[in-house]
Amino acid sequence: MLLTLDHEFSDEQKEIIKLARELAEKKVKPARSECDEKEKFPVEVVEDIKKADLFGVYLPQEYGGFGGANTELCLVTEELAKACGGIALCVAASALCGLPILMFGTEEQKKRWLPQLASAQKLGAFTITEPDAGSDATATQATAKKDGDYYIINGLKNFCSNGEVAGIYTLFASTNPARGPRGITAFVVEKGTPGFSFGKKETKMGIRASPTYELVFKNCKVPATNRLGEEGHGLFVAQATFDFSRPGVGAQALGIAQGALDETIKYTRTRKQFGQTVISFQAIQHMIADCATKIETARALLYSVNRVMDRTIKQAVTKSLSSGKSVYDEMRSLRSDRLTKYSAMVKLSCSETAMQVTTDCVQMCGGIGYMRDFPVEKYMRDAKITQIYEGTSQIQKNEIAMMIIKEYAAGARAAKELVGA
Amino acid sequence: MALNIVACIKQTPATTSIQIDPSTGQILSEGATYAISPFDEYALEEGIRLKEKITGSWVAVLTMGPPRAEEILREAIARGADSVYHLCDAAFENSDTYATSYILSKAIRKIQQDKGKIDLVICAKQTNDSDSGQVGPGLAGWLDWPNVSFVKKIAEITDKKIGVERMMEDGTDALEMELPALICVVKEINEPRLPSLKGKMAAKKTAIAKWTAADIGADAAKIGQQGSPTAVIERASPPRRSGGTRIEGGTLEEKAKKFVDKLKELKLL
Repeated sequence: MLLTLDHEFSDEQKEIIKLARELAEKKVKPARSECDEKEKFPVEVVEDIKKADLFGVYLPQEYGGFGGANTELCLVTEELAKACGGIALCVAASALCGLPILMFGTEEQKKRWLPQLASAQKLGAFTITEPDAGSDATATQATAKKDGDYYIINGLKNFCSNGEVAGIYTLFASTNPARGPRGITAFVVEKGTPGFSFGKKETKMGIRASPTYELVFKNCKVPATNRLGEEGHGLFVAQATFDFSRPGVGAQALGIAQGALDETIKYTRTRKQFGQTVISFQAIQHMIADCATKIETARALLYSVNRVMDRTIKQAVTKSLSSGKSVYDEMRSLRSDRLTKYSAMVKLSCSETAMQVTTDCVQMCGGIGYMRDFPVEKYMRDAKITQIYEGTSQIQKNEIAMMIIKEYAAGARAAKELVGA
Repeated sequence: MALNIVACIKQTPATTSIQIDPSTGQILSEGATYAISPFDEYALEEGIRLKEKITGSWVAVLTMGPPRAEEILREAIARGADSVYHLCDAAFENSDTYATSYILSKAIRKIQQDKGKIDLVICAKQTNDSDSGQVGPGLAGWLDWPNVSFVKKIAEITDKKIGVERMMEDGTDALEMELPALICVVKEINEPRLPSLKGKMAAKKTAIAKWTAADIGADAAKIGQQGSPTAVIERASPPRRSGGTRIEGGTLEEKAKKFVDKLKELKLL
């Protein structure tokens, strides 16, 4: 077991780490290989995670959660992902549904859905991608037509994580196609709503324990009270969600990287070649040093960005409870800048680390590392998705650069105004 | 019908390979981490399951050990125990299985006085440190209750009697006892749960009372070193298993024949 830097977690956070780690060792690890091979969702393991109260760690106590925020969610995700990135995803994907409800939901909406997500009585899912709207979410084709107190939703969503096992879905559809990106609106749709069905189940390279489905909406009638935020604010809801959810993917990636490295060190300590253990070769030692350094660097960024996000969310939740305004509105009043840049940096850094580390781990384990009956190749397959979903690495770079350019432009403007004054 | 249950658990080194200092024969505890003895997890789990199944029941958890043993009682609360008791007194030190079972019996009598009649005591078949398997049956002896060891299933339970399945090398025995009774369970009986986060947080805040020899009215002559008739002559790690005999042969049939011949030679067939 590798020691990691003491990040001065609270007693509660340390308990979360301990519990998630125990669950990963005792329940996730024994299940991962079969789930991967058969592309099977581990119902019993999810039940264990649920009974351990680990689904709701990031939600305020007022809505049935543990009272944590991003840090707590990421600690659970990271620990579970050390054993299996696919199984860990059920927690992070459910949170991706809960976050926009927490940030943009009315009090009534929050009280209605968040406790169910906190207790995992129902899992959540988030669905924005369409066949022709991947990185470019502005190209959303699904429509939601107002009809009295309802919206009629039509269209296809694909690559939805937690696919058919979720009960609550946050969904994006256009209420005004003529306005393009500014016509997109966010909704919450529950499983069982007439007109909402499941299409194709995807077969995937990695994270195979997580079911990925196509969702089909055919004249699906959703009450207007299920609309999240204002009409036309959908992309805004999605972007603000990603600002806070991307560290979750980072945590998953980091767990995958750490899990692969742990297995690799264990193996190279016992595997002998040329009369000595493989780990005694400097070539391997340098690779291990590089991997461990990359992981620790990415982890430091993840944890420090999370701390800033935690403070913002917790303060905003407290203010929102007394003001009745949305958590997002309170966040905007607390800080004028958005955390997009840091969120994207975390995801970029962790997912690139995961891909590099897991690839090196397969290399260090040699032939056995490439085989299906040894866990390291699975980590490599699982790592790949973290560079793709919730914005590819290239999209993260776009966002980082765009924010930097904006910051410099604002700085230059401010300097000019100062000179002018 | 409601059942009052006590599960007895012990804190032991968190490993299956206990290290022994060959020069002194003492168990090496330096740097060791401690946890609920793995077999005791099944006893605790069975108690919690019974309580959850039969409305109005409660499960109390009892341990004897040094102050650090309090950790496993917190773990028991986190998993669902209703109350916990910590037998913690220097006078208990060096108690063998005879003295330990006496002390536990006194504690169970005290729990009965405080909380009412106990119907069932659940122990594990053995611990992972001293491996004796004597404390459970010994405790039943002191209590003068019937007991069954190696229980792999509680087939039925009422407020009067319990039907159990005992795992034997050559099969399963179906047995019935009147309550109150004691059972020692094997790992086949259930799959222990993990604690919940809310349970862990609640357990952190619980004050755990410590009982001394005086609290339970234990006879000083029957506890600790002086109350222990057992003398440990030697402690050693068991010898490593040998690699076994490899049966060579060109074909499967040839190997099978050689194997059968070997069994005949050993008079096993």
